[in-house]
Amino acid sequence: MQAYIARRLLALIPTLFFASVIVFVTVRLIPGDIIDLMLSSNDIAAGKKSREQLEAALGLDQPMYTQYFRWIYAILIEGDFGKSLWQNSPVSEELLTRLPITFELGFLALLVALAVAIPIGVYSAIRQDTPGDYIARSFSILMLAVPSFWLGTMVMVFPAIWWGWSPDVKFVPFSQDPLRNLGQMAIPAIILGCALSAVTMRLTRTMMLEVLRQDYVRTAWAKGLDEKLVVVRHALRNALIPVVTLIGLQAPLLIGGAVILEQIFVIPGMGLLLIDAVSQRDYPIITGVFLIVGVAVMLINLIVDLSYGLLDPKVRYR
Amino acid sequence: MASVADTAVVTASPRRHGAFVRFVIRLFREKPLGAAGAVIFVLFLFCGLFADVLAPYGMNQISPLNRLKPPSWQHPFGTDNLGRDMFSRCLYGAQLSVIIGFCAAGLATIISVVLGILTGYLGGKFDLVAQRFVDAWMSFPDLIILIVVVSVLGPGMPQIIGTLALLFGIAGSRIIRSAVVSVRENMYVHAAQSTGASTFRILWRHILPNVMPPVIVLFTTRVGVVILVESGLSFLGLGVPPPAPTWGGMLSGAGRTFMYQGPWLALAPGLCLTVVVYATNMFGDALRDLLDPRMRGSR
Repeated sequence: MQAYIARRLLALIPTLFFASVIVFVTVRLIPGDIIDLMLSSNDIAAGKKSREQLEAALGLDQPMYTQYFRWIYAILIEGDFGKSLWQNSPVSEELLTRLPITFELGFLALLVALAVAIPIGVYSAIRQDTPGDYIARSFSILMLAVPSFWLGTMVMVFPAIWWGWSPDVKFVPFSQDPLRNLGQMAIPAIILGCALSAVTMRLTRTMMLEVLRQDYVRTAWAKGLDEKLVVVRHALRNALIPVVTLIGLQAPLLIGGAVILEQIFVIPGMGLLLIDAVSQRDYPIITGVFLIVGVAVMLINLIVDLSYGLLDPKVRYR
Repeated sequence: MASVADTAVVTASPRRHGAFVRFVIRLFREKPLGAAGAVIFVLFLFCGLFADVLAPYGMNQISPLNRLKPPSWQHPFGTDNLGRDMFSRCLYGAQLSVIIGFCAAGLATIISVVLGILTGYLGGKFDLVAQRFVDAWMSFPDLIILIVVVSVLGPGMPQIIGTLALLFGIAGSRIIRSAVVSVRENMYVHAAQSTGASTFRILWRHILPNVMPPVIVLFTTRVGVVILVESGLSFLGLGVPPPAPTWGGMLSGAGRTFMYQGPWLALAPGLCLTVVVYATNMFGDALRDLLDPRMRGSR
């Protein structure tokens, strides 16, 4: 097991390297350069410095690879993501306050997705080809097609028109008032969770159908076991293993979906930070969010892969 | 033996036309829902292509006297805060979605095919390195990459199509690659290799035709995904800039504040999006079932 973890961590290195290169290159695609931008827009960031001074201060007078190594060295060794161009505060500080909020939303959405997907998936498998199965499957394909931002918009608009009720948009951190915080997170988490549940539901159904046809399940039935016992203890436990991998694969969707819902429900997570940074062209923040999100997704996938072994004793790490 | 006969017909070019008709008949008979999806898909394409002819009003034709009119015979989807006809705007929105959806999904599919075939067929160190790159690329949420690229290059149709193509092209290469890996070991490929056929010839004549089913499915499903992601981007105000009537854009921006007075503003574009993406998914699913050789003859 330890050897396996070590190998997985080693395999992560090239992937992380590519990820950092993708981030570095993408942000440097800016036509013209950042100095023009700083000098042209009214300049708190540029101060009274000249072009050369600014270039030297940002290290832009160095060749590309030197810039890359400096940048990555600062992040890895000093945890320094640079400073926000407009607020003059360290990007890392901003990221640390925003990251947990997005994670909370993502985690709640995941809980909703599983709570919706697994029971419906199991139901639709044990009642295969009944009207209930068709309704459940149609619902799941429909949820894949409904844009979450549209659902979010409707939740904002219609209750306000009909009952004069609208969601609470003054954000309260979890540490301050957990109940109120969860109340605010509930609606976006349900919307995001329902969207994600579609794929999970379909996989649960397919896996259950496969497992229910296995010999040991037939044996369990033959022993005269209760339906609940056969379905939950014998079938579901085995059917869920691939579902766990799917959670890892859905991590980018979870974070991507959170970005847009944060915007609608004014939740100050990574998404809102990114959108604000984009409107102010605050590149150090954009770079920081971009990199952190990618790395977070990779780590989630790693954890998911490792937890596989705990769930499935058949998997032996070599 | 039936399946062998089928493939023979599909690949024989003089009779391709007949095979297509037969395929459509099969789609309608075996997959009624998928066929319904296909019909909506074609209808959407039609609306997009002929929006200029079909739309009763111009996309930005302002009519101050008709502000925020609820749906009526004159304005089936109502009018917005500037008195623009929502039905016409939704039709023009279909046009933009068709252009973005088909261009981006088409380019993405080409990228997927080239990358998938090269990595899958050549294998070795090249594949190993390329796969780590794909891993890294796929760890970034679609929307985040798009937001960052648009923030760097500025909003506009070419950037958006290009980024979407690259985004889904690289991600989709995995699907093509896995198809190529299974085709690569077939007898006819080994036979071609032993007769000294060039790599290009093998890829073009032997590998590509045999991975066409997943390629077609990939393209169809991508059209829906691309439309959905683009609408998300427009919703955030980073898509094709206003006053272009994108479905996502209509749900955001200035229109948003008027939704409380005219709730139909919130309904029409969202419904268009949902119906088109739903239809595309159904159609793509049906295609997958019909084209996937493993599924063939399973019922």
